[in-house]
Amino acid sequence: MPPVIELDGLGVRFGKRTILEGLQCSLSARTIGLLGPNGAGKSTLINTLLGFYRPSAGTARVLGHDIRSETKEIRSLIGYMPESDSFIAHMTAVSFTRMMAELSGLPSEAALERAHEALFYVGLGEARYRKLRTYSLGMKQLAKLAQAIAHGPKLLILDEPTNGLDPPARQRMIRLIREMRDSQELHILLCSHLLRDVEETCEEVLILKEGHQVHHSNLEEERKANRRFVELETLGDDDSFAEAVESLGCECAVTSARKMKMVVPESFAIRDLYRLAEERKVQIRRLNFRRDSLEEIFLKSMESTNGRS
Amino acid sequence: MAVHKRSYRGYAGEITPLWSRFLIVMRYAFRNAFSSKLLTAYFVLCFIFPVACAVAIYLDHNLRFLAMFHETELFTVDGDFFLLFLGVQGGLAFVLTALIGPGLVSADLANNALPLYFCRPFSRLEYLLGKSAVLVWLLSLITWIPALVLFVIQASLAAPGWTRSNLWMARSISLGSAIEILLFCLLTLALSAWIKRKLAAGAALLGVFFAGSAFAQAINAVLGTRNGYLIDLGNLMVTVESHLFGQHPPTGLPAENAWLALLAICTFCLYLLERKVRAYEVVRG
Repeated sequence: MPPVIELDGLGVRFGKRTILEGLQCSLSARTIGLLGPNGAGKSTLINTLLGFYRPSAGTARVLGHDIRSETKEIRSLIGYMPESDSFIAHMTAVSFTRMMAELSGLPSEAALERAHEALFYVGLGEARYRKLRTYSLGMKQLAKLAQAIAHGPKLLILDEPTNGLDPPARQRMIRLIREMRDSQELHILLCSHLLRDVEETCEEVLILKEGHQVHHSNLEEERKANRRFVELETLGDDDSFAEAVESLGCECAVTSARKMKMVVPESFAIRDLYRLAEERKVQIRRLNFRRDSLEEIFLKSMESTNGRS
Repeated sequence: MAVHKRSYRGYAGEITPLWSRFLIVMRYAFRNAFSSKLLTAYFVLCFIFPVACAVAIYLDHNLRFLAMFHETELFTVDGDFFLLFLGVQGGLAFVLTALIGPGLVSADLANNALPLYFCRPFSRLEYLLGKSAVLVWLLSLITWIPALVLFVIQASLAAPGWTRSNLWMARSISLGSAIEILLFCLLTLALSAWIKRKLAAGAALLGVFFAGSAFAQAINAVLGTRNGYLIDLGNLMVTVESHLFGQHPPTGLPAENAWLALLAICTFCLYLLERKVRAYEVVRG
């Protein structure tokens, strides 16, 4: 599949502050997750891809178009749902969605038809003639989604789409994202700090921390690799125990005093761990055995040195 | 596809040309402005004076009507007449600007709608063009267009040679109105962009004109100068229009100074718009 987004040494600075630095990767999945804690630079990356901020270093390509020189071409292919409230209070949902579709280039009548369709699709069909200022938070989120898809974009950028939603509304949003993904009509870039949202919808993930890229992987491949983890809380000589565990073929990391995490091979048996603990006079106070998950990947990325890959 | 078919599908139909997108913003702004009955009523009132002037010009050339008063003419249609006409219509245009202008950008800023405009193939310049086009069109309808209609009526009724000797007035009408409309548009858009509340932006627009005038009077009185008028937008316009019609400005301010002051104000408004009308504000550290 041709790349959807290519980051080529991308950096963004605001005055003396470095917001993004040295981003380098190629993202090509149908749904791409952009993860990171608050302040990691996710929204800045999106705004830079949209041409709102100018890169201070490097460049990026969206669907083959360079963000430095082909902003209009990129914007004509994109649908964007911003994180914060974005609407025009005095307009009805259908007028608002229609106007946004027209601004994306649809003729007036086609825009009206698509606005109705989009609002029905997101579940606002019955409320489409209500003014947006009367909408609840969840409805406003759906209206933002409707305006982002009404013109049939090739890439849909969703910035924290489940923000402020109650569990049923969140489930509905996730279902819509999955449905759009499965329609094979568009790519989705989902920016979130919620691991579950990304895990439930995305096939590829880019993790940012403090403006740096700390992890990039294909979640499908990670799932297929299906690595197993063991989390331990011990009492005793942790270092020699860690060395002994590594001799069993495990990748081991002492995360804090008395706590360690290890990636274990297929041949690994838990009883070997207890045997080693007994030999080293180490008490195992807690043991957590789990399969690979996005949470593991994320936590590992956050622990990486200086936040850099 | 019928609206009840709830599945996502792309769009592969016709696309409108890029240059025409600003007209969409203008169309929606028009619709919003005329959703108010008060504004519609006021806009109709703005045509009373031009219609009265047209009737007066017609009667001024109607011999039977003049004979009733034993006069050969009631008034002269000259530079003074059009200066008075533009003065009256300019006042009405200002109130119309105060009614429409403050809500143009502030409504989008109040709820962060600007990123939704600019994430599309639609530039900031096009956005401002679309928003100001509403004002330009409406203000034109009550200033230079009726003034030129009156000029044409007078030219068609007057003695041969009147048009040729007074053609300069048509130029002055157009240029004077264009400057007035430009000033009103830029000022109201800039205030609308910086003050998110429509009412507050409207009040600020009135304040700029009336407080500016009061300050100008105070400066003139205290310092014994006429340069205070440089911050009095109403008198700046009067000075420029008087200059265009070859009249001595009542303010006594040199016309060149008034032109420069208006240019500076317009430039400052453009700077304010450039700073504020963007998808997201960047805080530089």
